[in-house]
Amino acid sequence: MGVGIEVSELNAWYGSNHTLQNINLRIPANHATALIGPSGCGKSTFVRCLNRMHETNPVGRVTGSVLIGQLDIYTQASPVEIRRRVGMVFQRPNPFPTMSIYDNVASGLRLNGYRNRVVLDEVVQRSLEQAALWEEVKDDLKKKSGASLSGGQQQRLCIARALAVDPEVMLMDEPASALDPVSTAKIEDLIFQLKSQYTIVIVTHNMQQAARVAENTGFFLNGRLVEFDATHKIFTNPRDKRTEDYITGRFG
Amino acid sequence: MEIRIQVPNVAGESERIQKPAGSSFPDSGSSQSPARAFLQSRRSSAFADRIFSAVILLCALCIFAIVALILYELVSGSRLSIDKFGVAFFFRSAWDPVNGDYGAFPFIYGTLVSSILALIIAVPLAVGVAVFLTEMCPGFLRAPLAFVTELLAAIPSVVYGLWAIFVLVPLLRDSVNPFLIRVLGWSGLFVEPNYGVGMFAGGVILAIMILPIVSSLTREVISAVPQAQREAALALGATRWEMIRMGVLRNARIGIVGAIILGLGRALGETMAVTMVIGNRPEISRSLLDLGYSMASVIANEFSEASDNLYLSALIEIGLALFIVTIVVNALARVLVWAVTRGAPVRGA
Ligand SMILES: Nc1ncnc2c1ncn2[C@@H]1O[C@H](COP(=O)(O)OP(=O)(O)OP(=O)(O)O)[C@@H](O)[C@H]1O
Ligand SMILES: [Mg+2]
Repeated sequence: MGVGIEVSELNAWYGSNHTLQNINLRIPANHATALIGPSGCGKSTFVRCLNRMHETNPVGRVTGSVLIGQLDIYTQASPVEIRRRVGMVFQRPNPFPTMSIYDNVASGLRLNGYRNRVVLDEVVQRSLEQAALWEEVKDDLKKKSGASLSGGQQQRLCIARALAVDPEVMLMDEPASALDPVSTAKIEDLIFQLKSQYTIVIVTHNMQQAARVAENTGFFLNGRLVEFDATHKIFTNPRDKRTEDYITGRFG
Repeated sequence: MEIRIQVPNVAGESERIQKPAGSSFPDSGSSQSPARAFLQSRRSSAFADRIFSAVILLCALCIFAIVALILYELVSGSRLSIDKFGVAFFFRSAWDPVNGDYGAFPFIYGTLVSSILALIIAVPLAVGVAVFLTEMCPGFLRAPLAFVTELLAAIPSVVYGLWAIFVLVPLLRDSVNPFLIRVLGWSGLFVEPNYGVGMFAGGVILAIMILPIVSSLTREVISAVPQAQREAALALGATRWEMIRMGVLRNARIGIVGAIILGLGRALGETMAVTMVIGNRPEISRSLLDLGYSMASVIANEFSEASDNLYLSALIEIGLALFIVTIVVNALARVLVWAVTRGAPVRGA
């Protein structure tokens, strides 16, 4: 079962660049939440604050609190524990190039000491099927490396890798930006299935995609959360003029 | 001014291309943008390209020529000894200038053993230093520490030799060796007599000398691993050590093997410091604390004393042996890299 996320007074910096300013937001459990906004507005930075990835940047700094379920991730747990519960798919695919496809998907479980072959085989197959990649790679799971796949296949491999550890929350930073329409549709189907059990946060530049998969949508602009509401409201009757301008394509 | 990419004006299609209404953009037919005019005025440079490849090819061939020349000189210089002892020269243990009886085996053994010893000591240390410097070191310490490690490489080897004689050898003789004898004596590798100087001292000084090159190359390879790989491991819940193993070392391993090979190359050919501490006795002993000799050392030590032609020729043949050993070791290392990487489908970053 997924858990909700409650963000309050979140601020993030890259050096002196105040990238996120006073973000307050409640992301409901077992729903998909879309984040939209123009390039450079801080969407990636925001999702990276949800699994404490932002602080791995040498100049990254965060203040404020993020509750995942009941847990304050910045004070009550270590980053390692958090990241085991909060999976992430990065904006740019980053499979492990020296590992086979199989090992890439199994890497999360192996990392945590999981060695049972039969279960690993099952998990790898299930994750690759969920990520709509199984049919394309099933014949050379252990022969081909993660780097030998196409960009879109690599992204789906990364999705499978994140799914394999069965996280409670799934952060997806533009998971479909390098995919063709068919794979994109499969990923959207996946999000549809997943959201009954996981909490999903998806960053996207594709408004239709946000409208199709997410119950709630947040609009970011220049490091601030301008508006957060039910997706249909954002797209049909936004409260803020800037949101309306953005979704109607008047700027961005 | 805003730069826009224009649709090429294909003959016959030009009338179909419409200018945007109210465009202030100059008509490409009459006046072109300066960048485009410049690019179009350049001729194809196929000729320059051909010259360039010819020059490069020449440089590459030079390398082969030099190697062939060295080999030729070594073989012709050792003619006498080759005629007298044949291939057996490389496997004989005799070294008796008085009676004109020579063999290269103790020297080959000494060079290989001291170099391998050096690798065993230096590689874990060098990789540790590199990982520390790139992944864990606080920022303000990084540059000074890296600088100091690299400075080690700039010290002349005779200075290492002196330091070894005055500091390292007494230290080994009085503290380290007795300990090794007590703990590892059962293996036969560390047994009395303990002179201080010897094969082990040679290995240790070589280890110190190759440490900087192995660690600075490893550091470069490690910093070339994309940040995204580290993040990928971290996002799966890796601890820092797991991240280093999975996201960093695994990706860098081929480069690290390359660094080790370069270090080994340096160890095999190192002369001065080794000569000063290895003991200079052409014998093969199981104990690493015993005296030994290396190929480079014997050439350096005895070349000026070589009184007759056979002696000189035997020394040159040792040079040939060193040449061959270096090539064989490098080839083996390459096979190793190939074998290691064959299982996993690919090369690292
Ligand atoms: N590693 C970094 N170091 C310094 N500044 C950064 C770094 N990454 C992002 N920034 C800055 O933070 C701001 C927000 O970047 P972020 O990547 O969060 O944008 P985004 O909304 O995800 O954009 P996009 O839609 O293009 O992915 C940008 O102004 C960018 O310049
Ligand atoms: Mg982004």
